[in-house]
Amino acid sequence: MSDLVSENLNMIFKTPKGETVHALKDLNFTLKKGELLTVLGPSGCGKTTLLNITAGFIRPTSGVITLNKKEIDGPGVERGMVFQQGALFEWLTVAENVNFGLRMKKEDPIKTAKKVDEWLDIVGLKGFGNTPTYQLSGGMQQRVALARCLINDPDLILMDEPLGALDALTREKMQSLVLKIWKETGKTIILITHSVEEALLLGERLYVMAPRPGRIHKEYNLPFASMGLNEDLREIKKNKDFSAKREEILEMIWNMEEEIMGKDV
Amino acid sequence: MLTQIITFLIFVAVIGCILYGRRLIRTEKVDAVFGNPERALGGTHWVIVGSSFLLLIWLYYSWDIAKGFYPKSANELCQVAKVNDSLLGLKYQFPIEEREFKSTSQIKKENKNLKLILEEIQNSQKIDNQQKIVLTGFINKTNQLIPLLTNEDLIENETKQRISDITGKINLLTENFQKPDYPFETEKELNERLKAVSEEGGWGIVKVQSGTGSIENTMEVPLIPATDRGLKFHAAAQELNLISDEFFKLRNHNPQFKSQIKQLKDNIKSYRKGLNDSEEVASTYAKNIVKIARRIEFASIYPPNALNKMQNAIVKFDDAQIKAQGGLRFIDILLFPAGTIVASGPSCSEQGSGRWLPKPSDTFNKFILMSKPSVGYKDIPLLWIDMVDVSKMIGFILPDWIADILPGDYPVHTKDGLVKENFKGKVLKIVTGDFNLFKVPVPYGHIWDSFLRVFLGLVFGILIGVPLGLFMGLNRFAKGFFDPLIELYRPVPPLAWAPLIISVLGIDNTGKVFLLFMVSLSIMIISARAGASGTQLSKIHAAHSLGASKKQILRYVIFPNSLPEILTGIRVAVGMCWGTLVAAEFLAGTTGIGFVENVAKKYFQYEVIWITIFIMGMLGLLFDITLRKIIDKTIPWRGKG
Repeated sequence: MSDLVSENLNMIFKTPKGETVHALKDLNFTLKKGELLTVLGPSGCGKTTLLNITAGFIRPTSGVITLNKKEIDGPGVERGMVFQQGALFEWLTVAENVNFGLRMKKEDPIKTAKKVDEWLDIVGLKGFGNTPTYQLSGGMQQRVALARCLINDPDLILMDEPLGALDALTREKMQSLVLKIWKETGKTIILITHSVEEALLLGERLYVMAPRPGRIHKEYNLPFASMGLNEDLREIKKNKDFSAKREEILEMIWNMEEEIMGKDV
Repeated sequence: MLTQIITFLIFVAVIGCILYGRRLIRTEKVDAVFGNPERALGGTHWVIVGSSFLLLIWLYYSWDIAKGFYPKSANELCQVAKVNDSLLGLKYQFPIEEREFKSTSQIKKENKNLKLILEEIQNSQKIDNQQKIVLTGFINKTNQLIPLLTNEDLIENETKQRISDITGKINLLTENFQKPDYPFETEKELNERLKAVSEEGGWGIVKVQSGTGSIENTMEVPLIPATDRGLKFHAAAQELNLISDEFFKLRNHNPQFKSQIKQLKDNIKSYRKGLNDSEEVASTYAKNIVKIARRIEFASIYPPNALNKMQNAIVKFDDAQIKAQGGLRFIDILLFPAGTIVASGPSCSEQGSGRWLPKPSDTFNKFILMSKPSVGYKDIPLLWIDMVDVSKMIGFILPDWIADILPGDYPVHTKDGLVKENFKGKVLKIVTGDFNLFKVPVPYGHIWDSFLRVFLGLVFGILIGVPLGLFMGLNRFAKGFFDPLIELYRPVPPLAWAPLIISVLGIDNTGKVFLLFMVSLSIMIISARAGASGTQLSKIHAAHSLGASKKQILRYVIFPNSLPEILTGIRVAVGMCWGTLVAAEFLAGTTGIGFVENVAKKYFQYEVIWITIFIMGMLGLLFDITLRKIIDKTIPWRGKG
């Protein structure tokens, strides 16, 4: 059982002005091994905070979050992370970037070189090993970031709006790639996104979060991700069920945003 | 010769490049709009034109074009200057270059002086009326002296005769001067003159006294006439000197004047003797009146038309000598910009820009000369290689106490006066370098010394500054602890530290290297700190989740991420160190490029000054290009991440 379990997770920030912001309030959820969870919500609802706590970059104010029954109290290899901008090391080549984790573990360079080649092949970057990363397009950079994270064989992959900065076409391709990787590796994935469509397409489960205080507003179990493994993603988007869900969630988020605006006024 | 070829090439290059540029504009297909930076791309031909103009200005204003194309012109102009100088005194007697006759202006001046003294006496409260009358009488007498000199009827025949003699001499000179073989030099004289000319040498660098290591032998303008035309002027100048001496010895004193002035002088003398101590004021007035009388006596005052013939003769000679100058006048005007040789008078030196702007050819020659290791500057070559035994280096690097801490004692001589070496003694020999090994070449000299100081100062600054800067960028304690120290010494101009550091650490390398270390340290700390604190958080997060330890993050993420800042810092530090070093070498020292310039300044060796400026520029450029290459190679991702 390699579950991610969150119990009464609370996160309270203090702004420099002295106001307290309740970023997360009493968050309780369990993510089973191999599940793909997408998290959706208006800005300021605590999505990134949740991810940062899970990654171990920040500690919760109260509550416990455990992975494989082990409390998370710092960053670790078992939780890989993919960032919005790739966060690649531009002084290294593509292969060296992918190899970074293994090199930190001081593994045999000959063995790791083989592994790197395999992973570059999987993410569709065969032959780009010696290219400097700053010469890559945004989509390719995200592929490198994915491979770099996956080569460490983490139990949980955290994705912080990984496709947010990509154009529509590249985005679609990358969505397929994420699904493919999810299926082939059977990893647990948490993916944060701004796009309702993406959340519906990729998420086996979907949390819609609400702000002030940050909490899980609604939870969905979706069939589209499993369908996406076999079908064309564009076909799924034409699905009536898909459209209905999309409208429902969009309205939900609209209402939340209006509520915030009302509060501000 | 070289100057001529270069000047010619410059003209060809400039014209060629301008034509090429015109054609390029006409045939340009890509019509970039104004404001598009593409319009500024390329243009190597304009670089050639720009540098050609720079060189041309140098050649022109240093008078090297004059030297290259008319090497004899300076020497000839020097002879013209001699004639001008000899003629000057005579010319000033007449309204040739002045507005009025010298006699006229002299009379005007003395009349004015007499009037002033008269007014003063009449208004004076310190002398009584009796004395006022006497003094006024003296003034009137003095005033009456002038008509005695200016009356044509009174001028003596003997004086007239001598004036016409002088006029005749000038006319004869003019006549002879226009003859082609003037001054009728004999073969013996010719040979002697040519020998003297060759001994004196030419214009510019001629002789090298490499044995003494000094190169203070640049000739400005040779004095001895080297050409026939020059000789003509030289001889005329000598004759004119004699004539003018004769004229100025001549006095227009007729017997009436002589008796008048003698009487006046005697009267004043006896009057002053008769005065007692309390009447000093009156005595001083009388003394001043006699002074004016003496001036009138010794001024060359003549009747208005008495010197007409002589004036004509001088004008004629002047015309003749100007005609004889021919093209020389135009060379003087055109090729000796910002000053002329003629204006410098008979001493004949370069004045104006020709003085402080050395000729490119001379500078080049001197540079070649100084580059020779046997010459160098102050017995030290600019840059050369010395064979040094490796043992010396080992002895320098290994500290002597290694031998001291070994057990046992150093060998003591025996009764027989022999010294038996033991192990401890042998170790001492090694650590002090007292043995022979193979020799390796080691560079030395002024340039190397300066370079080494900058290099060492930089290396120490980088070795300490970069880790400290990174540490300060990441650690609150380090930042807080070291910040006051650095911010206290950094804003002080490095040269303000120089006197202190040089007096504490000495004028040799230690002081300078330490000063440069201080300069580079603060720059390196600040740049490394900026680099470390500028690392994107997501990269550090990524490295954390990829399993990197703190040390690994520092080594593999933060350090390479701050490399652009660090390398830019090094580039800045090199510039600062270079500037500080030269100034520090000015201040004190016995070697180095700055030292060379400072010494050259003391002896007005303009060529050496310009050479050192050039060397410093080239070395600075070399440093910068090397660093730019290193930056391009090591951080190609800069600005692209």
